[in-house]
Amino acid sequence: MNEHLKPSVLDRPNSYVGKTVPRPNARRLVQGCGTYVDDICLPRMVHLAFHRSAFAHAKVVSIDTDEARAVPGVVGVFTMNDIRDVITPWTGVLDHLKGIKSAEQWPLANGKVFWQGEPVAAVAAVSRAVAEDAAEQIFVEYEELTPVTDMETALAPDTPVIHPELGDNLCFHRVIDSGDVDAAFADAAAVVEDTFHFNRHTGVPMEPRSIICDYSRAEGELTLYMSVQCPHMSKNLFAKHLGLDENKVRVICRDVGGSFGIKIHTYSDEMAAGAIAVILGRPVKFIADRLESFVTDVHARDHVVKARAAFNSGGELLAIDMDDVTGIGPYSVYPRTSGIELNQVVNLTGGPYKHASYRADGKVVFQNKNVMCQYRGVGHPIAVAVGEHLMDLGARKLGLDPVDVRHNSFIPDDAYPYTSPSGAIYERQSHRQCLDKLVGIMDYAGLRDAQAQMRDRNIYRGIGFASLIEVTNPSPAFYGVGGARIASQDGCTIRLDPTGGITATTGVTEQGQGTETIIAQIAATAVGVPLDQVRVLTGDTEIVPYGGGTWASRGAGIGGEAALQAGKALKENIIALAAAILQAKPDRLDVRDGSIVDIATGQERMPLSELGGIAYFRGDTLPKDVQPELVATRHYTQRQFPFVFTNAAHACHVEVDVETGIVNLLNYWVVEDCGRVINPKLVAEQTRGGVVQGLGPALYEECLYSSEGQLLNGSLADYLVPMAAEMPDIVVDHIETPTGTSELGAKGVGEAGTAGAPAAVMNAINDALDPFGVTLTHMPFTPDKILKGLGRA
Amino acid sequence: MKPTAFEYVRAGSLDEVLTVLEERGDEAKVLAGGQSLIPTMNMRFAAPEVLIDISGVTELRGIEVRDDVLRIGAMCRHVEVLNAPEVAEHAPLIAMAMPNIAHAAIRNRGTFGGSLCHADPAAELPACVLALDARLNIDGKSGPRSISARDFFLGTYMTCLADDEVLISVDVPKVMSENVTFFDEVARRRGDYAMAGLASQATVRSGFITDVRLAFFAVGEVAVRAPHAEQALQGILLQDMDADAICSAIADDISPFDDLTTSGAAKLTMMQVLTRRAVESFAKQGAHA
Ligand SMILES: Cc1cc2nc3c(=O)[nH]c(=O)nc-3n(C[C@H](O)[C@H](O)[C@H](O)COP(=O)(O)OP(=O)(O)OC[C@H]3O[C@@H](n4cnc5c(N)ncnc54)[C@H](O)[C@@H]3O)c2cc1C
Repeated sequence: MNEHLKPSVLDRPNSYVGKTVPRPNARRLVQGCGTYVDDICLPRMVHLAFHRSAFAHAKVVSIDTDEARAVPGVVGVFTMNDIRDVITPWTGVLDHLKGIKSAEQWPLANGKVFWQGEPVAAVAAVSRAVAEDAAEQIFVEYEELTPVTDMETALAPDTPVIHPELGDNLCFHRVIDSGDVDAAFADAAAVVEDTFHFNRHTGVPMEPRSIICDYSRAEGELTLYMSVQCPHMSKNLFAKHLGLDENKVRVICRDVGGSFGIKIHTYSDEMAAGAIAVILGRPVKFIADRLESFVTDVHARDHVVKARAAFNSGGELLAIDMDDVTGIGPYSVYPRTSGIELNQVVNLTGGPYKHASYRADGKVVFQNKNVMCQYRGVGHPIAVAVGEHLMDLGARKLGLDPVDVRHNSFIPDDAYPYTSPSGAIYERQSHRQCLDKLVGIMDYAGLRDAQAQMRDRNIYRGIGFASLIEVTNPSPAFYGVGGARIASQDGCTIRLDPTGGITATTGVTEQGQGTETIIAQIAATAVGVPLDQVRVLTGDTEIVPYGGGTWASRGAGIGGEAALQAGKALKENIIALAAAILQAKPDRLDVRDGSIVDIATGQERMPLSELGGIAYFRGDTLPKDVQPELVATRHYTQRQFPFVFTNAAHACHVEVDVETGIVNLLNYWVVEDCGRVINPKLVAEQTRGGVVQGLGPALYEECLYSSEGQLLNGSLADYLVPMAAEMPDIVVDHIETPTGTSELGAKGVGEAGTAGAPAAVMNAINDALDPFGVTLTHMPFTPDKILKGLGRA
Repeated sequence: MKPTAFEYVRAGSLDEVLTVLEERGDEAKVLAGGQSLIPTMNMRFAAPEVLIDISGVTELRGIEVRDDVLRIGAMCRHVEVLNAPEVAEHAPLIAMAMPNIAHAAIRNRGTFGGSLCHADPAAELPACVLALDARLNIDGKSGPRSISARDFFLGTYMTCLADDEVLISVDVPKVMSENVTFFDEVARRRGDYAMAGLASQATVRSGFITDVRLAFFAVGEVAVRAPHAEQALQGILLQDMDADAICSAIADDISPFDDLTTSGAAKLTMMQVLTRRAVESFAKQGAHA
């Protein structure tokens, strides 16, 4: 890969890029001194609680709020009719998703309810406890309607149509037909197929969705303290639907306790909080509790996929043919839509491979359950699980090793840039290198020997692989072209302070993943200051450059490049000023470690603190024509490709207790390629966290609904998240193939772990159960399902 | 998830607890470790008007070795029981069960008595006291009484405690040298309530197994003994044990309920696996005895 590495601006004497440095914000957070929305308390603030629909589908006949209003401490009770004058509804469609449709969605029930948990009425009170007391005193008369819950029959002619104005329950339909699929299957040496069930699950951030809406009547200004990934997007949406001047809406996002894609969407309860703040002229706080989170935070990945694959006798993948149906709840979520996940599934299945024929038919349907939308990994876990399981089935049928089948089927190294049969363009991938390195570090041959010996003692271990691609660094093709005001560009402003330190403000945001750390590393390196002299500010729309925030693994690749370019520009300005002060030629000077130095000898000429002091306080000593400019801003938009793809190879090693159905995770290995690694520890942490978030739904996590559309497990006692004791050691290694789309060369890494883990663990379980002839493809792989698969329950 | 408003009384003595209970009847609830009660109140499944905090009541604390029994105070925290050498020595079954109860943070607060009074069908301790034939010491308006574990549990979250009664302590018969014990459970994650669990003790004399107690949990409304399976083991020579016959007898004893993610059929399989493992363990322990 080294021939692709240009000598870089980052190879500097005091470079922090490529190094593990501690996170500047870690001390504050582990000491419990973070500022989350719920830590903020404003004068005259009121707290919201909601009456939420008990039914999945019903007409609202009447709402009696008299008793609630009479509860001492209640400031106001609101139904849709009470807020209708100050807020408009929204519809989650995008122009570039052809044919996508959805219904108008309102902040509070507008005559009907469409899922259990939908907000119907809100109480504002002096405390959340009082608001909850009063919410219990709201009496709603419902007339139940038939709930549509089974996505596989949502389109059947006798199924009721959820939104009659839409004509049917189909939200979006996407078909890909590329190459000659029928011929490929007709000529194949081996054809394999399976049906997959992916389970609805959700993000479960430790800090729930939280918002304070503070409206000043005098100024017509709305300040939103939010736990959010995309402050500028929220600013636009609140202004638009509350009819406010967008310039007068400010979003302030301090610490965020995890998000994983949950906090990039429009939520009815948060919009209602905005409307109520406008009406009351008082700050309104809404903190979702855990039960509310389970019934309203976006869910993800409720899919049923039927797929088949064709191979030649050499184990080369020839074609994939698949049908996917996914149920997204009653609305396509605004503004990103709920068509994107399916779109990713059909775009990415089989992504690492060279097969020329590909057919996919994907349907997104409405149902009366909580909404589904983008969550960490968006579609990838499904695409990878389907594709990688087919690879294993092919290997088994042909009697080949799963590693060999992957090697035989990878896109050849000399074929890049490569356009996949779904139309995705890959700049350059390192599948072969990643898999080779993976097989080495895991001692694949040794594991296979041990596996065979253990089987003789009735111990069933399995090894599962997953090669994957991941969408990162999106261009405006993702949302902007579809009409959503979601920025794909991002900016960074860096200022030299009189102390010689720098302050960087960036449009990308921090949810715990380390964005502020890498921006500091890049800015310190590009300008030439020590890391502890860098302050990074994020999340305040009145301070930071306009940008998209965090989504689609774009923080490092897009925000990082903007920081690099801003840092370079500032350094140039610093050197120009230093040259004037020192009467030296600019090309003889450099900035290193907080000082102006001679570029050749490295000898200090002047510390930056002295230069800052002159620039800000002693301008009188400068030549007449010199005006210091010690702030620089740069923006970056990736527009060479729709996305910059990363890739990785995962392997999972499990032991299945065939008596109890328990899966023990023994080891996990990842070799990933996110291009330039800015901070190896953060890349490893993102990868490990992502893997855990992929193992969770494969083994534990599932939003269970009754056939009436009632969520059965809305608490952390019944919705099981992965916990440390069950998680394996996760070894992470890297291949670096920097992207040529930016000078920084970084691609994203936030979601790839989640993308690969469900596939790897599924393949490992099936490998373990191979002696029993059992193949399981219905997640999560609970002990119950494993025992049933084995005929023991 | 905020509880409705309630009064809070921090009781200084058992008398005070009993007095408030007598005055307030079913409006009052005893607060021990709060690990089950407080979540229930936060979810508004329970809305007591007054909570009587018993954590400062010395009569309910402490672990005492008596002549034939080990007396465990109701207010002993799980962590105390887990770490007590007296429990390890005299009630090894309970010592084996303790690490399976929840996580460290919950064990620091949750109590022995609270777990029994809460009577969760999947809790470990009700099954342990059932297998050990422990006696529960109770006090209330109508005076103190002592009741066998067999009679204490009535159903899911139901015990024979009257509204005005408190559990004071539990008397666990001390283990004897000829006893064999086995505890295991199948849980999806460490610390979770189990899908199926077994607490058991038996006696091995001259190679014969007697006085078999198999107490299962997480398979019915409340922890249950398995009389047919116990009978199938009773009086058998250790080396002649027919694990298959014993396991099939389980099906005559208990038809486990489905829970959210585990079918009754899978639970039955797990119970049989646990029983087989118990029998194998008994054989090993008996051989060494
Ligand atoms: C996340 C989590 C996981 C858990 N996992 C497990 C597990 O795996 N296994 C398990 O067994 N438990 C588990 N628990 C429950 C835990 O063991 C509780 O501590 C226990 O069930 C109740 O004990 P407590 O002292 O907290 O009682 P509290 O919550 O204070 O009280 C529970 C009930 O018992 C009554 N009560 C308490 N003490 C007395 C008394 N002396 N006399 C009369 N009534 C009394 C109370 O009035 C209340 O009705 C878990 C709890 C949590 C939060």
